[in-house]
Amino acid sequence: MVREVASQKNGSPTSPLLQSEVDCGCGHDHSSVNPASGEPLIQASDLTVEFGGRVALDQVNLTVHRNEIVTLIGPNGAGKSTLIRALLQAIRPSKGEVWRRHGLVIGYVPQRLNIDPIMPMTVERFLSIPSPHSLADRKEALLSVGAAQTLEQPVQSLSGGEFQRVLLARAILRKPDLLVLDEPVQGVDFQGQTELYRLISRLREQNGFGILMVSHDLHIVMAETDRVVCINGHVCCSGAPTQVSDSPEYLALFGGQTKPGLAVYHHLHDHSHDGTEAHQHIHGSDCHHPDEPETARKERN
Amino acid sequence: MEDFLLRALIAGVGVALISGPLGCFVVWRRMAYFGDTLAHSALLGVALGLLLGFNLTLGIVATAIMIALLVTLFQHQKRIASDTLLGILAHSSLAISLVVLGLLQGYRVDLLSYLFGDVLAVTLEDIYWIYGGGTIALALLGYIWKDLLALTLHEELARAEGINITLTQTLFMVTVAIVIAIAMKVVGVLLITSLLIIPAAAARRFARTPEQMAAIAALIGGASVVAGLFGSLQWDTPSGPSVVVAQLMLFLGSLLAGSLLRTVRP
Repeated sequence: MVREVASQKNGSPTSPLLQSEVDCGCGHDHSSVNPASGEPLIQASDLTVEFGGRVALDQVNLTVHRNEIVTLIGPNGAGKSTLIRALLQAIRPSKGEVWRRHGLVIGYVPQRLNIDPIMPMTVERFLSIPSPHSLADRKEALLSVGAAQTLEQPVQSLSGGEFQRVLLARAILRKPDLLVLDEPVQGVDFQGQTELYRLISRLREQNGFGILMVSHDLHIVMAETDRVVCINGHVCCSGAPTQVSDSPEYLALFGGQTKPGLAVYHHLHDHSHDGTEAHQHIHGSDCHHPDEPETARKERN
Repeated sequence: MEDFLLRALIAGVGVALISGPLGCFVVWRRMAYFGDTLAHSALLGVALGLLLGFNLTLGIVATAIMIALLVTLFQHQKRIASDTLLGILAHSSLAISLVVLGLLQGYRVDLLSYLFGDVLAVTLEDIYWIYGGGTIALALLGYIWKDLLALTLHEELARAEGINITLTQTLFMVTVAIVIAIAMKVVGVLLITSLLIIPAAAARRFARTPEQMAAIAALIGGASVVAGLFGSLQWDTPSGPSVVVAQLMLFLGSLLAGSLLRTVRP
């Protein structure tokens, strides 16, 4: 099938309104909360990634704007990290493309960064990798993430939450337009998670960063998320999270206790991936499954 | 001081000044066995150099770079484990070079000096090679230092931040190849890796940053060359192995000093 975006080469991206908010007729909520508030920073168009013939990502479209928080969710092996890596241009897509605003600076916080004790490294030194920053700038960055006390400590001695803050400080020092955070609160206790989410939200307010974040939870996302995108090989659904603490998922998890800073995302896709009830729902031409036979798609169209 | 001893000290300290900092990366990147493989292949460079009649030091650098590229190529396949592959390359290149040297009629090759080094026999020309090559290696290492550090911490992060991974890795391998070629004159093929990893390992306990560790490793390497050479003269022991024994003693001393430090300031 021919699509406008496929023919789009370098230059300006396809209009976000045409791109990610297109009504594909599949019944999903594709509407975005505030596409108008910020310019697009990065955009994946029909991004397809294959590993040894297996399709890991199938025609994914995603745009992140300035001053917008987008959270990626999806089960293990759904391709969340693959999408991040493709956006960071660490892997080459087999089809489709990634557009970045000219001169886009990305601050990236990887999912796991273990600094082996065989390498001596203080926080102060770590913040200047790879490019040097003045001590004043480094102190200010640490202060802004609430980790000023770690300055002279070896990075190996930090707690999980402290190290995540240091990683954020290092990303901020690059003066990025876009922050890419791969499961930023994984391995951090609940109190720490809430604080980290609050910090991320404050960073957005202060600096107007676009933030693309991978969540480690399928239902619970950061409350300030503008748009949740659920990935399972393809974009299953997307939309705004619900800020209600009386939804069944929320109650099941927290027993009625309200935890600040979090929200529930209701999955609106009505298809399943186990094959039993597949294709009972009506998808538009843009929504198809990688394992779907070609004929099924043609019938639908 | 005797001339030969002075030359040996100048040569040995020169090698230690570059092998210390470079060795830190060998340790951080867990490439000790890789370094060992390149060192073994250095003898192949000697054999090919004698066979084809080109400069031996350049022959060693060229062979080491070729083996390094070969390792990189084979890393993309998954049927042979990388340490198995390194073992195959290390020992087969050593064996081939011994076979070639055996076939070379008319050359009287002092095999022991290639295998274990003969620093007391270094000439002024060797010193030029060591300081020329060492300066190039140090300049290369300085050039890639910050990128290589980022790459060692997290390859994907470095890539995302715009670091040229392939260029950095290639320059690092070239640097290792050069250092092996010049270090061979001091300790010989079989002991080169020790010059890279022991001073770096000994320096770890006294360093808080990567740069401190590199500087301390250079100092420890230099000190062990001086101690080893004087010991070799005093007890009439082979020079290369004596330097390595001195390194080992300094390493053990660093363990002791490290635990004492921890007792004083827990």
